[in-house]
Amino acid sequence: MTVRICVPCDAIALSLGADEVAVAVTAEAAARGLDVEVVRTGSRGMFAWEPLVEVELDGVRHGYGPVTSDDVGALLDAGFATTPLMPGEHPLALGPVEAMPDLAGQTRLTFERHGVVDPRSLDDYLAHGGYEGLHAALAEGPEHVLAEVAASGLRGRGGAAFPAGIKWRTVADAPGTPKYVVANADEGDSGTFADRMVMEGDPFSLIEGMTIAALGVGATHGVVFIRSEYPQAIATMTAAIDTARAAGWLGTGIAGSDLAFDLPSFDIEVRVGAGAYICGEETSMLECIEGKRGLVRAKPPLPAIEGLYGKPTVVNNVLTLASVPWILAHGGAAYAAHGVGRSLGTLPVQLAGNIARGGLVEVPFGITLRELVERFGGGTRSGRPIGAVQVGGPLGAYFEDAQLDVALDYEAIAAAGGLLGHGGVVVFDDTVDLAAQARFAMAFCAAESCGKCTPCRVGSTRGVELIDRIVAGDRDDRMRSQLDELCEVLEHGSLCALGGLTPYPVRSAMRLWEQRQSGSTGEVRS
Amino acid sequence: MRRGRSGRAAEPDAPPLPPEQADAVAAALAVAGGDATRLLVVLQEVQHRLGHVPPAVVRPIARGLGLSRAEVHGVLSFYHDLRTEPGGRHTLRVCQAESCQAAGGAAVWQHLEAATGSTIGSTTDDGSLTTEVVYCLGLCAASPAALFDERPVGRLTPASIDRLLATARESVDAGGAR
Repeated sequence: MTVRICVPCDAIALSLGADEVAVAVTAEAAARGLDVEVVRTGSRGMFAWEPLVEVELDGVRHGYGPVTSDDVGALLDAGFATTPLMPGEHPLALGPVEAMPDLAGQTRLTFERHGVVDPRSLDDYLAHGGYEGLHAALAEGPEHVLAEVAASGLRGRGGAAFPAGIKWRTVADAPGTPKYVVANADEGDSGTFADRMVMEGDPFSLIEGMTIAALGVGATHGVVFIRSEYPQAIATMTAAIDTARAAGWLGTGIAGSDLAFDLPSFDIEVRVGAGAYICGEETSMLECIEGKRGLVRAKPPLPAIEGLYGKPTVVNNVLTLASVPWILAHGGAAYAAHGVGRSLGTLPVQLAGNIARGGLVEVPFGITLRELVERFGGGTRSGRPIGAVQVGGPLGAYFEDAQLDVALDYEAIAAAGGLLGHGGVVVFDDTVDLAAQARFAMAFCAAESCGKCTPCRVGSTRGVELIDRIVAGDRDDRMRSQLDELCEVLEHGSLCALGGLTPYPVRSAMRLWEQRQSGSTGEVRS
Repeated sequence: MRRGRSGRAAEPDAPPLPPEQADAVAAALAVAGGDATRLLVVLQEVQHRLGHVPPAVVRPIARGLGLSRAEVHGVLSFYHDLRTEPGGRHTLRVCQAESCQAAGGAAVWQHLEAATGSTIGSTTDDGSLTTEVVYCLGLCAASPAALFDERPVGRLTPASIDRLLATARESVDAGGAR
């Protein structure tokens, strides 16, 4: 019988040698006359063990990792293709993958198929619950879609956390045709990679989510806007869209539906960004899709009313849309049963930076940052104490170790002076220079500003100069109050979140820097 | 003061494009089918074919899409990915965002600059490699990271940088130095 051996094709797995491992498994198995099929799956998101090779025996996936191409021959000689090796029996053996604590401790809804299916296989998708959400949506109609998404409490996962149900209702009620569904896959925040994983590991879930959105609001055209830094995601997403279209899941008469309501047609196009962080901002992205400079638009009008080409448009992050199939298949109430307060459902958190076990951790809202960083992440990779944790990307605040007991919850993080953003968590050890991080936040804003509004365009450069002078000890008090005033102007006077949120990392990092400066001065004095 | 069409007609015609550039422009415009909202797609296609977007193609692209040259130049100059000068045979996009900073990226970047004798964001003298700074490649659980052409490379070390540089140089040696 053919044994299935799974080797991930996720970009991080590739960055650690997964392609070489896949080639080695095929070649070494053939050399030994073993009947083996190498399947390229997405990643489980446990990157400390990538390349993580899984051997399926009697329906159970047994894991080995991190495997290099040099290890493959020895693993085959040890019989891993015929008999499961348990931890202790072989240094790379991890046991049944789904029992590994880092995975078993998660609540995988949006990422339920990740690492399980071949992302390019529509058959695999259908065999693992794919398109059950769309079936439910098609059976019940657009009103049902809007009601279930509202009942789920799903909020925009790109960072703004706006209720998806309200946005979709607005688009559905807005006059004007055609209507559009745009998936924001311009995932530019450092420390985030969940959108990329969806597109590389389960692209049909995004297609299905967009199709359900189109049904709910009456849209006929979809765009996935992917950043150019993601060549594997672009390739996999494009292939999946072609496959879905060929099989009748996109285009006219979706899924051969013979329905009481109108679903004329819905198709999706991939558009590739060109290296501008600002194009992750929804109105800048729409300008870019329209072939223009990615300048932010003033709001109102909201994209829900006047979006792409001036027409009503759903703009949602990839994670938001990819969560929708599960919600429709299981019901909004089942999704809302997870989470706390107004943060309902699960969040795929991404652990990055100086961390022992970085990766994707999907958990219900309410877990503490400390649990994420310590229990799932294993603390710093360097083994040194945690110096700071930046939550929510380059526009998110820096937290110190003592603040990590805050709950993963949009409101709780905001109350602690930060923002949850797209769920990226970047860990720094105690060697971090927090004034340098504050300076970087301003410099990043200067480099990526679209230039349309003055606070962001000019203020960011002025911010770099002020921080340089503060660090140099030049007329400290006056510079410091000027930096505070500048942050206030950026926060309240900028057109979009780039200028508006840059004060978050700047203020929090400067506060921690000053705290440590005075702390160390105090020690010297005593 | 109103400038009539005669004012534009008086402008001297640009010299014809080299055949390689003309072909690239024609192919890119064919992709757009005259749709001006596909300007960025056209510029990306030209860069894909030529490795860069020569300033001389601005005029025929503007004409092909019914746009002004200023509109085309505006888009060309806005996006970091688009370059108007030829690059090296290979491109190494080096992430310098927070996650890679936190994971000891600085030592790797210093090594890269020392080994190439040039700052990140330039092309090596032998034309084998252009290095670029990018902010995030989505490889943050394997920081510090880079993209060598389209191949992701994670947990970079000075040794892995040396291997990438050797790979870039080998291809130049094989293809003959420029």
